[in-house]
Parts: sequence; structure tokens; C-alpha cells
Amino acid sequence: MMNAWRNFLGERWKNEINVSDFILNNYKEYLGDESFLVGISERTKKVWDKCQELIKEELKKGILDVETNILSGINNFNPGYIDKENEVIVGLQTDAPLKRIVNPYGGIRMVYKALDAYGYKLNPEIERRFVEYRKTHNDGVYSAYTKNIKLARKTGLITGLPDAYGRGRIIGDYRRVALYGIDRLIQEKQNEFDNFNGEINEKTIRLREEIIEQIKALKAIKNMALSYGYDISKPATNSKEAIQWLYFGYLATVKENNGAAMSLGRTSTFLDIYLERDLNEGLITEKDAQELIDQFIIKLRLVRHLRTPEYNELFAGDPTWVTEAIAGMTEDGKSLVTKTSYRYLHTLINLGPAPEPNLTVLWSKNLPDNFKRYCSKISILTDSIQYENDDLMRPIYGDDYAISCCVSAMKVGKQMQYFGARCNLAKALLYAINGGVDEITGIKVIDGIDKITDEYLNYDKVIRAYDNVLNIVSKTYVDAMNIIHYMHDKYAYEASQMALHDTNIERLMAFGAAGLSVVVDSLSAIKYAKVKPIRNCEGIAIDFEIEGEYPQYGNDDDRVDQIAVDLITNFSNKLKQHKLYRNAIHTLSILTITSNVVYGKITGTTPDGRKAGEPFAPGANPMHGRDKHGALASLNSVAKIPYEDVCQDGVSNTFSIVPDALGHNSEERIVNLINILDGYFKQGAQHLNVNVLNRETLIEAMENPNLYPNLTIRVSGYAVNFNRLSRKQQLEVIARTFHEVI
Amino acid sequence: MQGNIHSIETMGLLDGPGIRVVIFMQGCPLRCLYCHNPDTWSNEENTLMTSEELFRFILKYKNYFVNNGGITFSGGEPLLQSPFLLEVLKLCKQFNIHTCLDTSGVGGTINEEILKYVDLVIFDIKGINEDDYFKMTGYHIEESFAFLNLCQKLNKPLWLRQVIIPTINDNEEYILKLKEFIKPIKNVQKIELLPYHLLGVNKYEELKIPYRLKGIKAMDKKRCEELYKLLVDELITNK
Repeated sequence: MMNAWRNFLGERWKNEINVSDFILNNYKEYLGDESFLVGISERTKKVWDKCQELIKEELKKGILDVETNILSGINNFNPGYIDKENEVIVGLQTDAPLKRIVNPYGGIRMVYKALDAYGYKLNPEIERRFVEYRKTHNDGVYSAYTKNIKLARKTGLITGLPDAYGRGRIIGDYRRVALYGIDRLIQEKQNEFDNFNGEINEKTIRLREEIIEQIKALKAIKNMALSYGYDISKPATNSKEAIQWLYFGYLATVKENNGAAMSLGRTSTFLDIYLERDLNEGLITEKDAQELIDQFIIKLRLVRHLRTPEYNELFAGDPTWVTEAIAGMTEDGKSLVTKTSYRYLHTLINLGPAPEPNLTVLWSKNLPDNFKRYCSKISILTDSIQYENDDLMRPIYGDDYAISCCVSAMKVGKQMQYFGARCNLAKALLYAINGGVDEITGIKVIDGIDKITDEYLNYDKVIRAYDNVLNIVSKTYVDAMNIIHYMHDKYAYEASQMALHDTNIERLMAFGAAGLSVVVDSLSAIKYAKVKPIRNCEGIAIDFEIEGEYPQYGNDDDRVDQIAVDLITNFSNKLKQHKLYRNAIHTLSILTITSNVVYGKITGTTPDGRKAGEPFAPGANPMHGRDKHGALASLNSVAKIPYEDVCQDGVSNTFSIVPDALGHNSEERIVNLINILDGYFKQGAQHLNVNVLNRETLIEAMENPNLYPNLTIRVSGYAVNFNRLSRKQQLEVIARTFHEVI
Repeated sequence: MQGNIHSIETMGLLDGPGIRVVIFMQGCPLRCLYCHNPDTWSNEENTLMTSEELFRFILKYKNYFVNNGGITFSGGEPLLQSPFLLEVLKLCKQFNIHTCLDTSGVGGTINEEILKYVDLVIFDIKGINEDDYFKMTGYHIEESFAFLNLCQKLNKPLWLRQVIIPTINDNEEYILKLKEFIKPIKNVQKIELLPYHLLGVNKYEELKIPYRLKGIKAMDKKRCEELYKLLVDELITNK
């Protein structure tokens, strides 16, 4: 133990499980620039080349392979390697790279569907035993769902519910494995179990059972690591071990679970402490340090889950959301930037750009200038970084929180999240107009709402009806979430992840809203213009005629932006009126990732002029083409959406720009992007996806303009919105931007 | 006082230093052959805003105005609405917002007063002799020269711009003349050669205005860069 912790300062973290205290006592802030970084090592290149071959093959086939003879579990698979002699960090989900796991605990129907789609079949004996002896989370949920939930689910009023596969969004504190070793973690859990002397009731019984599951999981992690030849019962003694131990913790999680988003947490500055110590002791060189990080990142890039093709269509690709939060500040005002913050981002150069791990920079206006510059530069080069406002989140979550999925903050090891997909607010508005009847299927989903039969929609009347609909929807939504998470805890408990949390944790229940900009513009149209519904023979509004102009969300116009603020605050308050399972705390996000396209597909024509089936804008973005004053006005509109206590699970915004529009030269572009981020976050905004687009993405933007709102292009002398150009012009711009002339 | 505004671009990253809110003013006395904003020519009423309204709008972007970012008046020709322009400029300077005027230098009535409140002038060179200038703009050259001289007298920092159009001025001979023209000008911080493009053409069709450069292709960017090198060689560094 002494040896493992040599030269580490501080006492508190030694006496209790407290990684944050360890970091604050030992990390070394780095204020310099990126000049110390080194290129890819020979060994890493060999490993990565092999992976790239496999990934190419996977792309062709859909999936590379599935293990159909074994079910998911922490230590159920033989060790696997990519290129054993060149791997410095080891461990794969199964015995071969990119070979996927069958995880039936969330729901076996999803497994059948996915296997079918790719031409595989589950070993019949395993299937027989599982189906005979095991109930799944999905079975559990359907034993309890109400009629209202089933209807809301069927029509897509509430969609994407994690009721058929793993819920994800939980972040284990994988750093604990490295800092303390598994034995100490088991001991702490055992002590809590043994020292209990409270009342035995439903709550404490469940918790006691869970602690035992956690201890079992910790033992399984230890044995899994042993199968790779590592004894992780004691703390890591050097940087290589620290990365390896931490990764074993994470690996266990993705062997045991298949949640939609399985984030890594906030590991770079923690690992930097070990790397710095080794560098100071002359045990490693910078080349070794980068090699360890590169190879660790390679492993994270290979994480896969078995999904249906529809799922991949919904979320565009095969995402796993291995989100890592980088940088941010301490509560004492020092930045948490270390050399390893750079090393993580530098993997985007050494290994090339990639969506995973989902590198997330916690931005503060006080981050060191050199680091801001480096982030900006890498963003422009790779499009692979997202930014979140540390100055906004730190006062709420402290200085050791991480990001789950895309925007959800939680204190590492101290809070977990019950993920809750999204409610389609645009559809709910149509229900208010159509008396609770679904505009696509004709099914009556909500009772007790009268059809609005006016020739022109009256704002106050629509608002009142909408309020009634949202009252009912919020209750249905909360009911669904309570059932889902009760059953998930019961049938698909994430023991390995919860083992890496404190035993007494705070639970957040993250609700979501989709279609914000559609509803806001619809309400604005009804308020400021004249909107005439066109009804079918059943009296359902299937189209709308808009007479006159109305202010649109995305133009920094308070007349309409306030509608957005009021709507989302109101919806959040309605959700809060209902008590949550295990006393979870209500949070809400405006986040759709790419599912805005699918939500649009299942939603009829809306009063803002959007036609049936047309995509929504992503997240909290304004509808594309409606922001008439350029990108900053659009950013300012989104920045008004309140975070604290209202959308405290996140407000997602996507910003796209071509390099030529960002500045005359590379230096100007770097500085301008920094100033955009600083300015946006200074106004209390939470999240920004930054795309500085290359040619390929521009072509995609032409085909799918909704994915690229605010896309600004340089037209000598001034900038224009790409979406407002005719197709012909877009083609021309695509050619011109890349130094070609039609 | 009310101003007549064509449109506002809140994220201008090219028309002046830093991040700029660009105000495109309605109305222009010139009729440049290559103009990509013919919809700003007419003086007809577009969006009317008082100077206070416009200023309040600008203020919302103050968080983005670092590294000399700020406001750029463009158009159209902003000098055409000089009294309004002056009011807004004064308000901006009161609040320490960097101001930039993107102009051809014509149409103004109180230029000296205006320039007191302008931190940077982006001056668009349309031609360097009377004939060329008239062919390009339909306007006489003296007024723009007078404005440039005033900028010199007041020591205003300058960015100079010239649009390069195939067959009209994309030759080395013109660039060398341009170089001689620019040489004696003081305070030039930046020179830009903007390659002519076709993105404004559809506006002419919509407005039913005949397009006079029909058949001329977009300017090759690479060629434009070569001409730029020829132009700025020893030009900027000597300032």
C-alpha cells in the first residue's frame, strides 16, 4: 500500500473512499501549450491498424460477430486480444475484438430482433434455460404498465423509453479501482453491510440485497482481471497499472450492461497524477505516457453493444456514448487542466477523429488560454469535441462531476441517473387541438379534452387545452418512469457500476422533451399570426394555414423566446408534482441526439408550418432556416432556456460552421471559436456541439439540412446561412469552399 | 431617429476584427456590376428601427465582443443614412464597443463627424481611375477619393478590399497598378482580394433586374491568391 501511494499527498482520501480529495491534493495544473505532445508509437500503430481493418469489415457486414453461446456478465468470457504483443493496455468485452455480447436481461425480444437481422441464432440450450428460469426487465415493465402508458408509447407521445434494453446513463467511479484496489472496495461495502442497525423495511432490504450484489460484482471484476494476468486486489502502483485497473472497472461494466450511454466519467486528471509521478521518477517517457493513453482510447473506441438496425437508424450509427469529461475548474478557482487533458484530446490526432469516446470539454471562462486554444484548434481540425459550461454546472455539482451520455451532469460515484427518454411536446400540442386524439393513428390517447373547433385558433384557448394535456401527459410519463426503473433495479441491476458508487447515493430521474422549437413556433404563430386548422372528416386538424408573419424562435426575440422559457418551466413543474421511485430528484433535458428525425416522422403537421413527417430541430435548436439574424442570435435564443432547477439534465445545442466563415486564417479561426464559446457560456448556456465542417459534411448538410442548423458559409464580404441557398447554390458553395469552381 | 435596415447578421467573423454584428443598411447610390446584394440598392422602406432599438439589439451581443470584436455597418451604403449612423455610432462608443464602417466612401453628408466614432474603415476599392470606376459603379470617382483622403487626414486604420472579376480586373497589370495606388496610403492593416462569385445572381432574377455580368464565371480562388501574393509582396510589411 505504501508503495502504491508513494509521494501522494493528503490524508482524507486514505481514510475514506474519496477520489475527489485525492485529485485535489495531488494533481498538477498544466498551463503550458501542446508542444510536449508526441506522435503515435510503433506498437500503437500496429494495434490501431489492425482495429481499423476490423472496423472496416464491420461496417460492411453490419456487425463483425456475436458470441451466441454465452450471456452477458462481468466474468463470463475468455480473455481477448487484438495484437497481444503490441497491446500495452488489455481487455475486450468478449474473447475477440468487436465481437458482441448477448444481454437478455433488459429484454429478450430485442436480442432476437438484433440476432435475426444479422443472421445469428442464440444457442438453443441457453435460450431454453434463460426463458424458462428468468424474467426480464421488459417482462417486468409490461406486467405493470397502465393503459395510458401503453397508448402514449404506441403513438409516440412518449418514446425511446428504456423498457426493452439496458437503461444506461450510470457512471461508475472507475478510478476507485485504481486508487484503492478491489479488496479495499469490498471491505468498505462489507463494513456498511455489517454495521447496519436500522429498521428493516422495504427500502433497507432492497439496499442490503444490492450491497451483496455489488460485492459479488467486485469479486467478479477481480477474477476477470486475473484471467488477463493482473491482480487488481491492491491499488495500482504505477501509471500503466492505474490505467489498466481503471479500464478493468469500465470493461466489467460493458460486459455486464448494454445501456444506451455508458460514460467513462472524468478520468484524465486522475490518471495524470500517476503519469506525472512515473515521469518524475524516470520510469516512463512522454512517448510511453502517450502510448498508454492512445491504447486506452483504442479500447474505448472498440466498445460495442448488440443493437437492432432500427436502433442504429434512430441514433445515426452505432453509438455507445463513452463520454469523458475533460478539464473544468476546481471550486477554489484553479483549472483541472493537466498534461493528460491534452493527451486525451491528442488521441484525435494520433488515431484520427472519432465520435467515441465522446470527448467533452468542461468549459470555463477561466480555463488556461493555452488549453482553450488547443481545444479550439482540435475542434476545427476534427469536429470531435463537445463543450459544456463548467461555470454553470460547478455551483450545482461541485468539481468532481462527469457527463453522462451527452449533457447530463452527475457527481461521480455519488449520484446516479434513472434515464427517461423523451416526451414529444409537439404531438402533445396537436392532442390539445384535436381533443386528445392522435393525428396519425386516430387513436384517442387522452380523455377529457375537448376538440377545438374554432375557425382560427385562439391562443388562450389553445394554451389552456395544452396545459390540461400536459397535466395528464406528465402523470403518464412519471408513471412509466417509475415502473421502468423499479423493474430495472429488480431484473437488470447494474451491480458492477453501483459497486463503484457510494452506498447511499442521490438518484436523479432524467425526463426529456422533444420538439421544443416546433411547439414554440406553433404557439407564436397562433399568438402573433392567424392560424386556421384544416380538418378531416373526423374533425382532426391535419394541416394549418398561417396568415401573416410571426416571430420565430432562434432570432433572439423575447416575444417568442419567452414562450419557450414558460413552456419548459411549466412542463418541468408539472413533472415535479409527481413523486418519484426511490425519492429520485426530477431533472429534464432538451436533447434528441439524432432522434429528432424519427420524432418528426411520427408527428403530423404542426401550426408553425412544419409538414407531417418533417424532422424536428435537434435538441433545443431552432428550426433550421428560421433564424434570420445569424448564428449568435440563434445561440442567444437557446441560452435563455433555464438550466438550474428547470432543464437541469441539459439543454443541447448544435452549431455548425465552415472553416472559411470562421475567420480569414487558422489563427483567426482559433480565436473566434474561443470567443464564441466564451460569449455563449457567459450567458448561462449549457452545451454546444461544434462542427467546423469539411466537404463531406457539407454534402450531408445539403441532403439533411435539419441536422445542420445555423450553418454559415463565407460569401466574399459577408456570411450567409447555407440552408437558405438554393440547391444549385449549395452545390456551388460545396465546390467553392474547397477551392474548386463550377 | 429611425434607420432603414436591410438585415442583420449577428455572427460576422470576416468583416472586421473578432466577432462582429453586421448591420446591412438599406439603400446604395452605386450600381456595381458584381454586387451580390442588389436587394439593398433601393431606398424603399425595409425594416425601420430607431437608433436606440438598434443599439439595444447590438448590446445583446456584448459578451462576444472581445479581441476588438464589435459592430460593423455595411450595406447598401451606410453613409447614405449618415444622421442615423452617427446616432448609433455615438451610443456604441459610449459603451466602448468597437465600431467598423464597411463603405465605398460615397453618399455621406457629415463624414468627418462620423469618422470620429469609427475605429476601423473597410474601404471598398471599385476602380482606380475615373473610367474604370464609372464602368463598375455608374458613379464618379471623386467622392470616394475624397473620403479616402479624409480617412488619411484623420489617421483612420484601414482595411482595403477589391473584388476580382475574371476578364475585368483579374490580370497582373491591374494588380501592379493597384499596388502603386495603395503604396502611398497610410494605416493599411489589411488588404483583401475577394474572388467574384455567382451567389447573388438569383437575387437579380427575383428582382427582375438584368444581370450585367452574364456569362462571366466565378473567380478561381487559387488564381486570386496568386494575385494577392503579387499585390501584398512588401506592401503591408512596409507600413
